[in-house]
Amino acid sequence: MKRHTLWILLAGTAVLAGGVARAAETPADFLARYQNEARQSAPGFSASAERGEKFFTTTHGGEWSCSTCHTKNPAARGKHANTGKAIEPMAPAANPERLASTRSVEKWFGRNCKDVLGRVCTPAEKADVVAWLMNSPR
Amino acid sequence: MTATFPTRALRALALVVAAGAAGLALADDDENKRMNINHPEYRSECGSCHIAFPPALLGTGSWRAMMAGLDKHFGSDASLDAETSAVITKFLVANAARRDTSGSDGRPQLRISDTPWFRKEHRDGHDGITPGIFRSEAVKSAANCAACHRNAAEGDYSERDIRIPRNGARS
Repeated sequence: MKRHTLWILLAGTAVLAGGVARAAETPADFLARYQNEARQSAPGFSASAERGEKFFTTTHGGEWSCSTCHTKNPAARGKHANTGKAIEPMAPAANPERLASTRSVEKWFGRNCKDVLGRVCTPAEKADVVAWLMNSPR
Repeated sequence: MTATFPTRALRALALVVAAGAAGLALADDDENKRMNINHPEYRSECGSCHIAFPPALLGTGSWRAMMAGLDKHFGSDASLDAETSAVITKFLVANAARRDTSGSDGRPQLRISDTPWFRKEHRDGHDGITPGIFRSEAVKSAANCAACHRNAAEGDYSERDIRIPRNGARS
């Protein structure tokens, strides 16, 4: 009987801990994840903030770059190129909501990479951009 | 003493009724009926790149067509996962305009600013709208409701809250 109660307590704690762990994703988690994914095909890969900045601020065959809407300063507010609506800063130091949820990060990479590149972004590209955004001061 | 109490109460009641009627009349003038945007998922998913437009501004056919083509949404990819898309479509259809918003070609109109109602309400000269204001730096696009309707992001399009920026000027 006692043992049974202990198991329930343990299971409950594990569920709680799992929930908390999933809720609290950090920018470093995304950097590690995309870097690891990139290493599947390029074992020596290491994310570069410098490459990330270049990727973010240049066009890739289309009309827009990432910075068309987000500006070249990740700590600044951007403005949607079509609608004019304000876009909150991309740098986690300036906006704690950034790089905090897989659902949101994957949704926006998915949409915006298609808008800017006409294809999905590679894990290496995502790792570089995340590294650059994390480097940005407030 | 006993006679004044009901009289006072009646007077107070009359005041309350009058105030209520005035409020209703005002709401009617403001043309802000059925501007329901109170759906958390709709507001967060469809209120990022533009404000969450009131579902009542398009008919059900237009919203269904809109939600079926989110991967090519006015030149942007606005894809949603199937579950979220279904939940939002349900909200849009339940709160859609009763009128049909198909164009002259019979196809559902997707751009709110193309509908006859919008064009009539936002014609040059109407309510202080100046020619070219929609393309000005301050407004940029007819999708930018909040440039003039100050509380549009909350679904409030009351006429008393309209402030039209001076043409070409930043507000």
